[in-house]
Amino acid sequence: MNNLSNITTTTMPATTKVAAMNLSKISARDVQVYYGDKHALKDVNIEIRPRSVTAFIGPSGCGKSTFLRCINRMNDTIASCRVEGNIAIDGEDIYDPKVDPVQLRAKVGMVFQKPNPFPKSIYENVAYGPRIHGLARNKSELDDIVASALQKAGLWNEVKDRLESPGTGLSGGQQQRLCIARAVAVSPEVILMDEPCSALDPIATAKVEELIHEIRENFTIVIVTHSMQQAARVSQRTAMFHLGNLVEENDTDKMFTNPDDQRTQDYIMGRFG
Amino acid sequence: MTVSVAGKAANDIQTKSILAPDARTRRRNAAEARFRLWGKLAVALGVLALVGLLLSILSNGLSSFQQTYIALDVYLDPAKLDKDGNRDPASIAKVSTFGYAPVIEKALSEAIAAKGIVVDGLSIKAAAELISKEAPASLRNFVIANPSKIGETVSFNLLASGRIDGYYKGRVTMESAALDRNTSPEQLRLADKLKEAGLLATRFNWDFFTAPDASDTRPEAAGLGVAILGSAYMMLIVLVLSLPLGVAASIYLEEFAPQNRFTDLVEVNIANLAAVPSIVFGILGLAVFINFAGLPQSAPIVGGLVLTLMTLPTIIIATRAALKAVPPSIRDAALGVGASKMQSIFHHVLPLAMPGILTGTIIGLAQALGETAPLLLIGMVAFVREFPGAPPQGFFDPASALPVQVYNWTQRGDPAFVERASGAIIVLLVFLVLMNLIAIILRRRFERRW
Repeated sequence: MNNLSNITTTTMPATTKVAAMNLSKISARDVQVYYGDKHALKDVNIEIRPRSVTAFIGPSGCGKSTFLRCINRMNDTIASCRVEGNIAIDGEDIYDPKVDPVQLRAKVGMVFQKPNPFPKSIYENVAYGPRIHGLARNKSELDDIVASALQKAGLWNEVKDRLESPGTGLSGGQQQRLCIARAVAVSPEVILMDEPCSALDPIATAKVEELIHEIRENFTIVIVTHSMQQAARVSQRTAMFHLGNLVEENDTDKMFTNPDDQRTQDYIMGRFG
Repeated sequence: MTVSVAGKAANDIQTKSILAPDARTRRRNAAEARFRLWGKLAVALGVLALVGLLLSILSNGLSSFQQTYIALDVYLDPAKLDKDGNRDPASIAKVSTFGYAPVIEKALSEAIAAKGIVVDGLSIKAAAELISKEAPASLRNFVIANPSKIGETVSFNLLASGRIDGYYKGRVTMESAALDRNTSPEQLRLADKLKEAGLLATRFNWDFFTAPDASDTRPEAAGLGVAILGSAYMMLIVLVLSLPLGVAASIYLEEFAPQNRFTDLVEVNIANLAAVPSIVFGILGLAVFINFAGLPQSAPIVGGLVLTLMTLPTIIIATRAALKAVPPSIRDAALGVGASKMQSIFHHVLPLAMPGILTGTIIGLAQALGETAPLLLIGMVAFVREFPGAPPQGFFDPASALPVQVYNWTQRGDPAFVERASGAIIVLLVFLVLMNLIAIILRRRFERRW
């Protein structure tokens, strides 16, 4: 919080200070991540804007997924992983010892690379999150949450007649949208997506991208992708990672036409990766 | 130079036909064919051994499910059975089983006379040896339970003696009877006449499952009742203790415990415990549960505790394997929507691991059911005729166990016990097959939930 205001005051006129606050939902300061002895992320500093899509690109092993998983502390599940520095959401340090990662993850939802619906019914998949967080007082409220989450995920018309059939019986693209509905149902503020379309065909990919486009009004979305075209299509801001460093972070339009950093230029042109 | 060599090789490849296999391919195929043959031979050998085992057990043991009985109308003579004449249970109980022998003798001689059977060369006492020594005892039990029947004539199916029973099962012949102190050809001939007259018959032997063990001279009366009950009690104790303990330990070790030297040590030792000879657990049980904790000998509670210790490693190893097999993406998914670690395990991981856990548990139980050695050390080999009481008190009463009963009977002198032992093995195998069947059914049911 203090860090952030210091920076905004030093770099911007005082009149835009409030606007700058609003410009940043997630702010990372000097983030270092180690897997055992391996230094996986070095000095990452980034401001992620609310109600927009930020794409992380970069070659495999560059640390973009690692950084994504830092934002909802999924890295806690890896015993050898150590995170240093400061990551704040709305100015609150998420690595503060007082923070319960379970509460954090209700606020920061996640969609994974491979669609991973629970081996339960479609309804149960979406209802699980609201249920464990006590978001519904009764069955009809739960029904409403499930329906609206499925509608937001653009899946409602396809599954409304078979809510009790298994979620794992859907096609890959439908499963991934079900996973998005599952994340949305908990009413998170941030949704992290780790290569959500890498296991999908182009048509399912298009649907998921369309969906991301629609829900960005309500959420802060961070998406890791290997597809430059996808980053260009869905995101407003793009961050390029390379060898554990955040190379460049810029407006997507600028990033893909006139990047500041030579490495970004090379990667986008396909010279390495 | 190199170019020309490469060109030559390329030519060779082009000229080779795939219609005729080359030497290398032929060798490769021959090796595979040999390997398959070895596999088939190994399977055939296994099947042969299994068939041989089953045939030998069935041929020896199936006859134990049949038993020869002699039907007699017995007059319960008040002059002999209730000398005081007041139907007082205490005074009736004063008459020992010896007092009942003459009553049976009399009933037999009357029945022989009534059917017009000629008995040659046998005193009535010798003729009465056709009937088991167990018969007076069962008659006495009946009278003590029903004092009002004294003075009436009641129909009984009395056990024929082991030799007579063996005669109808082919174990005893006229020749062997001539050399046998316990029977004679005359007795066998009398048995044949009784059978013709419809007094003697061979029927299904329910007593084999319900009666307790019997002494060396009464193999015909020996049954598995106490052993089945004792085994059932022990399995109950093992299930109730080892399933929650084993599953809880596995979940902790697999999901929560940090990876360090200590947990590595625990892991290695669990694997070692699974391989510890079962008799060692028996010594442990004797030292800890009986000598130190002061629990009674021969009791199902001690047997159950020892078998629990033995089963735990099996269950833990199976459960951990089942938990490991649950894809991590399911855990991620649960954590991703904000479930706590425990919620993710109990709501998602455990239900998916359930088929594996149940299979492991039932395999462990089946192992425990067939275990003999540790039970010998804690005194379950004792001769027990009294049924243990109802649980939980019954857990502390002396009992036997199925495999120990088999062991016990094979030690006895009378050849009739060999048949009983084989019969008990069949019962044990049927229980094992049933348990495996339950494991398969449970696994199917849980797996079918998509």
